[in-house]
Amino acid sequence: MDHRKASLRDEEVIQIYRTMYLARKLDERQWMLNRTGKIPFVISCQGHEAAQVGAAWALQAGSDAVLPYYRDLGVVLTLGVSPRDIMLAAFAKAEDPSSGGRQMPNHFSDPTLNIFTQSSPTGSQIPHAVGFAWAFKVRGEQKVAFVSFGDGTSNQGDFHEGLNFAGVHRLPVLAFVENNTYAISVPYHKQVASKTIAERAQSYGMEGVLVDGSDPFLVYEAVKNARERALEGLGGTLIEARVSRLVPHSSDDDDRTYRDQKELEEEKARDALGKMRTYILDKSLIDDAALEQLEKDVMDIVNDATAYAERAPYADPSTVKRYVYAEAE
Amino acid sequence: MPQMTMVKAIHDALALALEDDERVLVFGEDVGKNGGVFRVTEGLQERFGKERVFDTPLAESAIGGLALGLAYTGFRPVAEIQFFGFIFEMFDELANQIARTHYRYRARYGAPIVIRSPFGGGVKAPELHADSFEGLLAQTPGLFVAIPSNPYDAKGLLLSAIDNDNPVVFLEHMKLYRSVKQEVPEGRYEVPLGEAKVVREGEDVTIITYGAMVKLALKAAEEAAEKLDRSVEVIDLRTIVPLDMERISRSVKKTGRAIVLQEAPRQAGIAAEVMARLMEEAIYELESPVLRVAPPHTPYAFNMIEDDWLPSKEQVIKAIEEVWV
Ligand SMILES: Cc1ncc(C[n+]2csc(CCOP(=O)(O)OP(=O)(O)O)c2C)c(N)n1
Repeated sequence: MDHRKASLRDEEVIQIYRTMYLARKLDERQWMLNRTGKIPFVISCQGHEAAQVGAAWALQAGSDAVLPYYRDLGVVLTLGVSPRDIMLAAFAKAEDPSSGGRQMPNHFSDPTLNIFTQSSPTGSQIPHAVGFAWAFKVRGEQKVAFVSFGDGTSNQGDFHEGLNFAGVHRLPVLAFVENNTYAISVPYHKQVASKTIAERAQSYGMEGVLVDGSDPFLVYEAVKNARERALEGLGGTLIEARVSRLVPHSSDDDDRTYRDQKELEEEKARDALGKMRTYILDKSLIDDAALEQLEKDVMDIVNDATAYAERAPYADPSTVKRYVYAEAE
Repeated sequence: MPQMTMVKAIHDALALALEDDERVLVFGEDVGKNGGVFRVTEGLQERFGKERVFDTPLAESAIGGLALGLAYTGFRPVAEIQFFGFIFEMFDELANQIARTHYRYRARYGAPIVIRSPFGGGVKAPELHADSFEGLLAQTPGLFVAIPSNPYDAKGLLLSAIDNDNPVVFLEHMKLYRSVKQEVPEGRYEVPLGEAKVVREGEDVTIITYGAMVKLALKAAEEAAEKLDRSVEVIDLRTIVPLDMERISRSVKKTGRAIVLQEAPRQAGIAAEVMARLMEEAIYELESPVLRVAPPHTPYAFNMIEDDWLPSKEQVIKAIEEVWV
């Protein structure tokens, strides 16, 4: 889709590309650090960036409540989380602002940006978003709660319990499913009985929207419209973005046993990041030299974040008993 | 001072909290118009409005998750789980999310949430409507657990729980809901979390217990004084987390003997914890091994035989005799 149809300015499109590229490069760097034994775990955004950046572009950073899931590097970078913060969490360093290294990496949170952590049980963040949305509604605040998760997670009880609640009270919840057609190794057709996840919205009295997640502008438009509807008091939306997972589930997974490698190669060839790069050049939004400079600047940022986080100290083991209870301080 | 049942005392605490603090919300299944299946929340919706006192769908995990989301935004939710047996449906949100919020955020966010739930046996309720699962909660770092044994404590503990910045599970013994009346002040007062109470002073042996077992311990103590000439001290824990070991140790140092009495099945649980702590902290003061009176390690007994399954006065008396052997 042409970005002007979504009322996006040319400069915004460059920023969208830059954020997608930054997410990809930070992610690739983490795999390298993992394979060289420097960080314990990686779970990737690769293949989801267009959908993530497009969706987050439509949110009000620092105002809307955002409850991302572990792949959402593109979402949190768009909202303003810094690359250094990402790397501090990857290395589990004391200075990691999300939890001081206490949680898994990619359980993003940042109180200054209204980003709230998920935790390991998939989908447990969905009812939290409903709580935010209830608060916004009763206080008459012009805010939405955005919560994301994968296709497999849409089978969890918390998905049903949360969205049903949101539907009953027409709460401003934007539930964003990044459907990469796998939940670790189990493919979509063994995971979800309905043709789309979007159609599950029907039973919650919500709008359900299916969107091509390789096009950030389409996703932006879908989330923007959903946000406006929610703010008008028309209730939440379940938005399903079709994306590709270009790497194994996590750094602990080997996808060769369950994934058709030819199909994967085809998906990689259709990589949304490459498509976006071509788009900005074709539309002459940027010239070759400026684009190369932009990409070089991003690599400098990735290098800086890596070096900074690697040097940073670990949490002091004597702090392990802190914060269990409020009185413990 | 008015006489109140525990139902009324808890109702009073909720009404005061709603009145004093805009941030307090009360929700759960059937708590609105219906006033809760035990009528604890009767009239609260009418008085405080549907936005502060509301019914949720039948979905316990959502109740827990909703509470956490609301707490993040500054509310102080008081949620009800209709029967404690359904805590498992909420357990992820409670133990993995709510209880760990303060830890994960290193104090920038906490979860000042109270989960109220009726529990306990002896009223011919079926299993999962009568069980004592509090041991599971006690092993969950980040949670406080209050279990009042009488209306006065119930009101004061609940007000403390709502004011506390930690998540508190507040367990309401169904047998105590309407069976006891007591003088309870009308206004606000607090019973601190983490302070056990000596409910009967004695010299020879300490019985440590909580909830509905407090009454049983007192009856047994009375009989022991008459028939065995033993002077029994009874401690009501009031909160099992925090556990007031200081008070327990002080008593056991005086009496030299201890019996722990619980309604939950014998294995692991609070009685085991108190026994272990006494080994660690008061072993040189003990004249004999600490004894435990508790039901066997089985699911809650079907209701026609529950009286045989639950601890009895005879069992407690027997333990008082045995603790001298
Ligand atoms: C309750 C729960 N069960 C199992 C897991 C292990 N697990 C982690 S991610 C995952 C797959 C999730 O798939 P999906 O929701 O489709 O998201 P994707 O990773 O594909 O983006 C599983 C099974 C978990 N974290 N939580």
